Amino acid sequence: MIEFQLDTASGVATYLQLVQQVRHALQLGILEPGDRLPTAQQVVAKLAINPNTVLKAYRDLEREGLVRPRPGQGTFIVGTLPRSDPAVQERFLASMTTWLRKAHAAGLGPDDIEAIYRTAVRNSFAEGVEGVA
Amino acid sequence: MNAVIETNDLGKQYGRKWALRDCTLSIPEGKVVGLVGPNGAGKTTLLSLAVGLLTPTRGSITVLAGRPGDGPAQLEKVGFVAQDTPAYAGLSVGKHLLMGAYLNANWDQELAERRIDQLGLDLRQKAGSLSGGQRAQLALTMAIAKQPELLLLDEPLASLDPLARREFLQGLMEIVASHGVSVVLSSHLIADLERVCDYLVLLVASHIRLAGEITALLATHHRLSGPRRDPRSLPSSQEVIEQSHTGKQSTFLVRTDQPILDPAWTVRPVTLDELVLAYMGQAHSPSPGRRSPLGVVS
Repeated sequence: MIEFQLDTASGVATYLQLVQQVRHALQLGILEPGDRLPTAQQVVAKLAINPNTVLKAYRDLEREGLVRPRPGQGTFIVGTLPRSDPAVQERFLASMTTWLRKAHAAGLGPDDIEAIYRTAVRNSFAEGVEGVA
Repeated sequence: MNAVIETNDLGKQYGRKWALRDCTLSIPEGKVVGLVGPNGAGKTTLLSLAVGLLTPTRGSITVLAGRPGDGPAQLEKVGFVAQDTPAYAGLSVGKHLLMGAYLNANWDQELAERRIDQLGLDLRQKAGSLSGGQRAQLALTMAIAKQPELLLLDEPLASLDPLARREFLQGLMEIVASHGVSVVLSSHLIADLERVCDYLVLLVASHIRLAGEITALLATHHRLSGPRRDPRSLPSSQEVIEQSHTGKQSTFLVRTDQPILDPAWTVRPVTLDELVLAYMGQAHSPSPGRRSPLGVVS
């Protein structure tokens, strides 16, 4: 079963963090159709968040067709997300690492790099590049 | 949706000083409400009025469709944990539960014992020898074992260390998830409550400054920054909550339900923390409101 984590400093809404973690687990194959998500009570007992936040996240996932509640049993994964090819991921990780080393050598600090990354993501998102949301 | 707490022009006066004034509020059921404000803002007064420990000087308050403190049936519906989570020092944990069972018609002894067990408390231990966190958990256990519809908690986290705070909130949220109880908890720190609350009531200087669903509050407030501007040049749909100006730049925190169209602005969402601080700060500034003159803050 998936175990949720919260990053309180990220500024990302809590329910969205839960949604993203389920999506991410699906992409990585950690969650598969038939798997059960923790109940709202289990999640709040661990994270000390409002149960409505968990329910909102699960409703969002349901709307996307990724999960379905079964009364009295819990919420189950029913959908899949395309898993990206590990070889492709590795290739991009390698080129990103090279890029970061170059940026560092050119005198850019982590803040500069993050700003560049965010701008790039925002620009490509505006152009309609998929998968960077 | 029914209101758990409804007040109309509620006020409480001590001598010449108003502890709470002009308070009109309607809190829907099923919420976890953060009652936030600086010390002395009137949070305890409002909670005490809701329990029936105080009576209003003026106006009215209705709690779960009844008058606070009005007979046993009304008292059964409300669980209250006062500031500093009091317990009887000389009584053991077990005796506390026994007392709860005697005094409350709907007492759930199994729930109480299960929680005490989960917390690792010994039924024979005297409450006076418990740590602050343990005592808070005992008080919370007492308040929820009576199975109220509404739980009122006055500064339950104030004297707890970070770990005890988290454990307290975990226990509280578990009860909200399993029993669907409505909760109002007060704190002078919004950061304590941010993860658990979905409704905010902000009290400043005896007055309600802000009340509403947190998602709606966050969606209608924005931080604008851009070239220096006079606040009077902003559209009338944008209420200025906070502003600061440097030689070339202006930053505003505005409230609006309209989209922000002006391309000169960089628009940023606000955090709950920023929002609360802005409204608190507004109460101190000599001329609040959107029509105040352009002041320079370097």
